[in-house]
Amino acid sequence: MRSLSKHLPGCLRTFCFALIAFPAVANAEVRWSDTELAILSSLRLSQLPPMPVDPSNTQENNPHAIALGKRLFFDPRLSRNGQVACATCHDPAKQFQDGRPRAVALGMTERRTMPLAGAGYSPWLFWDGRKDSLWSHALAPLEDALEHGGNRTRYAHLLKANYAEEYRAVFGALPDLAGMPQDAGPLGSELEKKAWDAMPAPAKQSVSRVFANLGKAIAAYVKTLRHSESRLDRFVDALLRRDRKAGEHLNDSEQAGLQIFIGKGQCVSCHNGPLFTDHFFHGTRVPPRDAASPDPGRSEGALMVQQDEFNCLGPFSDAKSAQCLELRHMSIYEPALRRAFKTPSLRGVAERAPYMHAGQFASLREVVRHYIAAPESVPVTTLRGHGHGSGSALLPVALSEAETNQLIDFLGTLSAPVVEVVPAQNPRR
Amino acid sequence: MLASMKLVMAICRRVLLSIGGLACLLTLAACTSTPPPPALDLSLTRASPNNHFRITLIPPQGTTPIQQIHSWTVKVATPTGEPATKALVYMNGGMPEHGHGMPTRPAVTREIAPGTYLVEGVKFNMSGWWELLVAVQLGPASDVTTFNYIVPLPAHAK
Ligand code: HEC
Ligand code: HEC
Ligand SMILES: [Cu+2]
Repeated sequence: MRSLSKHLPGCLRTFCFALIAFPAVANAEVRWSDTELAILSSLRLSQLPPMPVDPSNTQENNPHAIALGKRLFFDPRLSRNGQVACATCHDPAKQFQDGRPRAVALGMTERRTMPLAGAGYSPWLFWDGRKDSLWSHALAPLEDALEHGGNRTRYAHLLKANYAEEYRAVFGALPDLAGMPQDAGPLGSELEKKAWDAMPAPAKQSVSRVFANLGKAIAAYVKTLRHSESRLDRFVDALLRRDRKAGEHLNDSEQAGLQIFIGKGQCVSCHNGPLFTDHFFHGTRVPPRDAASPDPGRSEGALMVQQDEFNCLGPFSDAKSAQCLELRHMSIYEPALRRAFKTPSLRGVAERAPYMHAGQFASLREVVRHYIAAPESVPVTTLRGHGHGSGSALLPVALSEAETNQLIDFLGTLSAPVVEVVPAQNPRR
Repeated sequence: MLASMKLVMAICRRVLLSIGGLACLLTLAACTSTPPPPALDLSLTRASPNNHFRITLIPPQGTTPIQQIHSWTVKVATPTGEPATKALVYMNGGMPEHGHGMPTRPAVTREIAPGTYLVEGVKFNMSGWWELLVAVQLGPASDVTTFNYIVPLPAHAK
């Protein structure tokens, strides 16, 4: 019997003792140790905990908010030119992303559009985590000149004209907008900023509140987007039942690739759990899109979310400060966060090239080649001296061409449709 | 770009002479990639390196959660076993094999009993070998003690 424990990183080996003993299950080619079975078990979609509650958005489970959010998500009137909706970039036919290296709307964004299934599980949104909730997140593209390019009073007027009743059912009546400028907002053009500055503070406050609520409705919808079970889930279920027909779900090459993924490839350390992500940020030395001014990633994203008026601790959040645990305990000044990006989920990954935060790699083969090379980049100075500390978080992975193919084959077993799962209707508090 | 790194250094330097400096060092200490020692000492009660304190870490009850913020308890005593009250206590951690720290910044929020401190905001993003560093300062004495802890995979649910 081929012993894989030799290849497993020490961290995996050391806790073998903590696992429930499982007789090793055999099939045609690949054998699975108890440790491997325990890891496989933890990757099943059925092991996902319940969707976490966002204390900063009390309306997220309200069916009226979800219905309103869905209409808003697909409504191109929420934009400067009347042509850009969330769905322009987050296309339901493509796992709610766009298949481009960088998104295109009014302009071209710096980074790649992220798929949305399971985003409700992530404590930090965007590649750099500069938002701490789905609702505050939705506000960013709406005000971004390169994306929707709208502004706060325009959105308030738009809601009044087209969604007044739906809005009232969730958040109460819209404020009186009479006399408010058509186009005004703190992040808009010079004219829009001027118009915003000229508004009295209470008017700004009430318009910003409407804007936040717009985000909360859209977030309620985005939160319903979930993964469904893939061939991998069915394979692992069968394997754990010791079903002899488990091999019908994954062929030998895919199984061998899976074994590499959880073993010597070390992929599962970051791409862990049912969503294949640790929801954190890592520097994996993907070549920056612009080498002259590399994207700082999480090191800046952490500072941005801390200052965001729409964060969990801010005036538009429904949470008590004690509930904002992630923000209050956010790790900020760690050198390893420099040029670190959020670990993406790998569910559905084979169907949505290109890859990485700016679409740097066109294929899964390029991705795996990158991990094999694990290039070191500019060394970072730490208090301890030079170079060592916060270099790449990756240890070199030695894979043959055949193993590379197996790993790629395995990634294809994670494909499955994205589904809408409406939460159980338990009105909160 | 380098600005944010400089900021880290500046902050660490500014607080280096205080106990906060220890917290900074805790963060950096977790960043060096090291292979695991052949046999990990998993003892959760240790004498601090300069023998100023005797420290016991108490993990949460049940299975230690992954990807979920939770609390730990730290008991600090003098070498003779007296509870060390009103000490400044910091805890942080990282995975030496992977060269990353904890995804959160834990903080001691209360002394819940004499010499017993509540650490909130602990989070592990991976199973495997973690180093947990506890810095304690009481009067002129300060020490950083390192513990090993294995975060297990989530228990099987069929
Ligand atoms: C111009 C294209 C574009 C439009 C329009 C757009 N997005 Fe995005 N979306 C992106 C890009 C690009 C990213 C990643 C950006 C980054 O990290 O800086 C992203 C990231 C996200 C994420 C983060 C997912 C995660 O896992 O962190 C969410 C959620 C999201 N968008 C929701 C929305 C919603 C809701 C709207 C409409 C209000 C919207 N987007 C409009 C391109 C777009
Ligand atoms: C140190 C943590 C870490 C390890 C180990 C790791 N990854 Fe990743 N992975 C990431 C991060 C972070 C990104 C996003 C990086 C970026 O965009 O700059 C990523 C991106 C990817 C992507 C692109 C997904 C997308 O939507 O763009 C694939 C595919 C992938 N990893 C597969 C693997 C495989 C296969 C392995 C093992 C050989 C592996 N990863 C090991 C952290 C890791
Ligand atoms: Cu790790």
